[in-house]
Amino acid sequence: MKIIIVGCGKVGSTLAEHLNQEGHDITIIDRHQEKLKFLSEHIDVLGVEGNGASVSTQREAGVKDADILIATTNSDELNLLCCLIAKKAGNCQTIARIRDPEYFNEMRYIRDELNLSMVINPEQAAAAEVARIIKFPSATKVDTFARGRVELIKLTVPEGSKLDGLRLHDMDSKLGCRVLICTVERGDELLIPHGDFTILAGDAVSFIAPHSVASAFFKASGTKISNAVRSIMLIGGGKMSYYIAKMLEETKISVKIIEQDFEKCQSLSEMLPHAVIINGDGTDKQILDEEGISVVDAVGNFTGIDEENILLSLYEKSISKAKLLTKINRITFEETIAGLDIGSIINPNSITSDHIVRFVRALNNSRGSSNVETLYKIAKGRAEALEFRVRDDSKVVGRSLRELNLKPDIIIACIVKGNKAIIPDGTSVIEKGDFVVIVSGRLGLNDLEDILA
Amino acid sequence: MNRKMVAFFVGRVLRIEAALMLLPTLVSVIYLESEWIYLAAAVAISFLVGLLLSFRRPKNVSFYTREGITAVALSWILMSIFGSIPLWHAVGHIGFTDALFETISGFTTTGASILTEVESLPKGVLFWRSFTHWVGGMGILVFVLALLPGASGENIYLMKAESPGPSVGKLVPRVKSTAKILYLIYIAITITEMVVLALTGMPVFDAAVITFGTVGTGGFAVTNNGCAAYTALQQGIITFFMIVCGANFNVYFLIVAKKIKDAVKSEEVIAYLSIYATAVVLVAINIRHMFPTIGEVIHHSLFNVASVMTTTGFATADFDRWPNFSRTMLLLVMFIGGCAGSTAGGIKVSRIVIGFKTIKKEFEHLVHPRSVRILKFENKPIEHAVLRGVNVYFLTYFTIFALSVLLVAFDGKDFTSTVTAVIATFNNIGPGLKMVGPTGNYSQFSAFAKYVLMFDMLAGRLELFPMLLIFMPTTWRRQR
Repeated sequence: MKIIIVGCGKVGSTLAEHLNQEGHDITIIDRHQEKLKFLSEHIDVLGVEGNGASVSTQREAGVKDADILIATTNSDELNLLCCLIAKKAGNCQTIARIRDPEYFNEMRYIRDELNLSMVINPEQAAAAEVARIIKFPSATKVDTFARGRVELIKLTVPEGSKLDGLRLHDMDSKLGCRVLICTVERGDELLIPHGDFTILAGDAVSFIAPHSVASAFFKASGTKISNAVRSIMLIGGGKMSYYIAKMLEETKISVKIIEQDFEKCQSLSEMLPHAVIINGDGTDKQILDEEGISVVDAVGNFTGIDEENILLSLYEKSISKAKLLTKINRITFEETIAGLDIGSIINPNSITSDHIVRFVRALNNSRGSSNVETLYKIAKGRAEALEFRVRDDSKVVGRSLRELNLKPDIIIACIVKGNKAIIPDGTSVIEKGDFVVIVSGRLGLNDLEDILA
Repeated sequence: MNRKMVAFFVGRVLRIEAALMLLPTLVSVIYLESEWIYLAAAVAISFLVGLLLSFRRPKNVSFYTREGITAVALSWILMSIFGSIPLWHAVGHIGFTDALFETISGFTTTGASILTEVESLPKGVLFWRSFTHWVGGMGILVFVLALLPGASGENIYLMKAESPGPSVGKLVPRVKSTAKILYLIYIAITITEMVVLALTGMPVFDAAVITFGTVGTGGFAVTNNGCAAYTALQQGIITFFMIVCGANFNVYFLIVAKKIKDAVKSEEVIAYLSIYATAVVLVAINIRHMFPTIGEVIHHSLFNVASVMTTTGFATADFDRWPNFSRTMLLLVMFIGGCAGSTAGGIKVSRIVIGFKTIKKEFEHLVHPRSVRILKFENKPIEHAVLRGVNVYFLTYFTIFALSVLLVAFDGKDFTSTVTAVIATFNNIGPGLKMVGPTGNYSQFSAFAKYVLMFDMLAGRLELFPMLLIFMPTTWRRQR
């Protein structure tokens, strides 16, 4: 695909590198000749100097034939403007990076009204990643459908989990919640399970569920209790800490934030009534000990300085067994940092670029096949999860699933009606305008009707 | 310096060369010549050596500017050595030095010959001699880039080292696609010329050989007297294609991409055509008494100026016997050469234009010491690095030029022959004046002078620096 990236900062250049490796044609727009030159000498991309929001620059970069424009400059407003203009000057999908929480809270409106394909907030994405690590410690992979309303989660079933030895028919009664298991990888084998299938420890299980159900499922299936995080201390009260605290509000995890700046503490406390906000220097050993650094289950070192975060993590490692999260902004010394035993490395920029790459991949996979909205390859490409939008003249409309004669190896994993995602059973009916997520062991489905035998 | 990676690339180039040599082998077999065996042997040897060098991709794939430059310079030297095998063995009376000179002259699209008579050469060898022009014209590494899959990082360095011009621009985001587009345009021009020439009644073999000489802006022909034997119409067609191939290929890409407006505005091509037109008019006025009709005067002026300016080196008339003004004029346009991003040699029109703009800026600066002026070329500000590059290029160019003249002067040939031999090889043209004029050749130079001229040809084709850098010890030092 032809992709234009506006702004070659950390996210822009990481994106360019990854997308280039995946075989896309990348053109980068930036104001700074020097940066462009450096980048286009290291990566096989075309650089165009100029203001990304100007039509003539975009035309020079070939917006007319472009498939996607990704705006990752420092300014939210500029990013939005770039996307708006690209939408008019060419006819491409647009992705904008929006940082300001004020805009981000109105994200849905902005996205729908400005016709953006994707809006991403690095801090929020990183926070979601942290929340996922804390909430679903055993999930290995998460993809999203229906604009983030439904998640495709893969997890490896650990020894001693409630899932070990569970028959799928009994899931509802034993766990009190139900998700649809789409594929199971057992050794080298890929299985599309039926009701009488029994899960064993060591299976890599992929399932599709709305977010709330997924977390309920994780809770109910209860991997080792001792693993569960009940309290977390966040050092540094930046945007990321705010988002994490916000996300963890509904859970029973208690959050404590240490922040140096008094005014910031005040506003955090106003926005996060459930969290404990401590005004103090997070790098002060005494304050950390006083606040019980040695007894919390998890510590997030999210100050603005990489070196501080690393040092803090090393210190915490030496005094406690808490799960450690370390924010690193610069990824230049990735290998060295990975070699240090400091838990999970959180890099907002690379998380952002991962999200965008994943989106582009899904878009690329679904191109050409007219009705597919999103497509993920699962289980090393041996199965596909596809999202379809239902047209009114489709043969599957208006009949309950029980009445439909489906091909074997096909599962209707989820139906999204408006804002609500449901896990279907035999009585569910597909209606016009719904999004339907299908998991299939046979590759190359092009239309929803292809699922009928 | 990652020597393994350089060897790997050189190996790839040799394998491609072997594949390309299959074509003349086929020609030789078609004409039932006994010499096909030498061509086939050359194919086998370059393939085996190539395979040996590039059998496995090295583990350490770091590849930067210095590796790119070295790979290009070494590839050109080695492919010339392997490419000279057929000439060396199939033509009984010439030695290795002469065969190598002829091959380098071919690959660098110079067209300077040491052969006193060409007619007796076997057809297959003659075909290979001219085919080297075609291969060298657009660059063999660009060809490798267009064909072979590879990690993307290293490509830009290779392209940078082999493409002519002060700054290398990509047409599309990927180097590989850029190389493909360039070669497609090149092949399209080649086929068009071949067909048009064949339609005018030229024998197919001649049409092919002359086309390779034209589109590669080389200048090897089928007979010793170049293009004099062909009809005026055929010469006209050749003139047209010489001019086409001396222009920046980016323009053709813009035309294909339907950006005709941008294509017409290309500053370099406008300058190139203006210089050409001026030279044609001046030469025509100067030689008006030498031909019976005004039509012939213009025809010969058009052909020979185009031939010299695009650094092709075909001749329809012995311009060495023209008046002194015309001879000097031709020598001047030899230095200018074609556009950047074309198959032509010389200093390149874009450098000349940028050079003149720098002079103008300096003048302005003397009058208004506080004046600020950003120089623009093709409607874009010229980067400082490019400006500096152009200046250093001029300096280096004339240093090499002076030293070469000095070294060739050891031979004791007359001044005009010595100087024009260096001009004609360094700018990849072919014929100079006097002894090396359109009717002469390079056979009388000593082996030493020939090696100096070979270096000049390679340095001229590869934009000076690659050939100089391989002599620097620091280039070869292993990085610690």
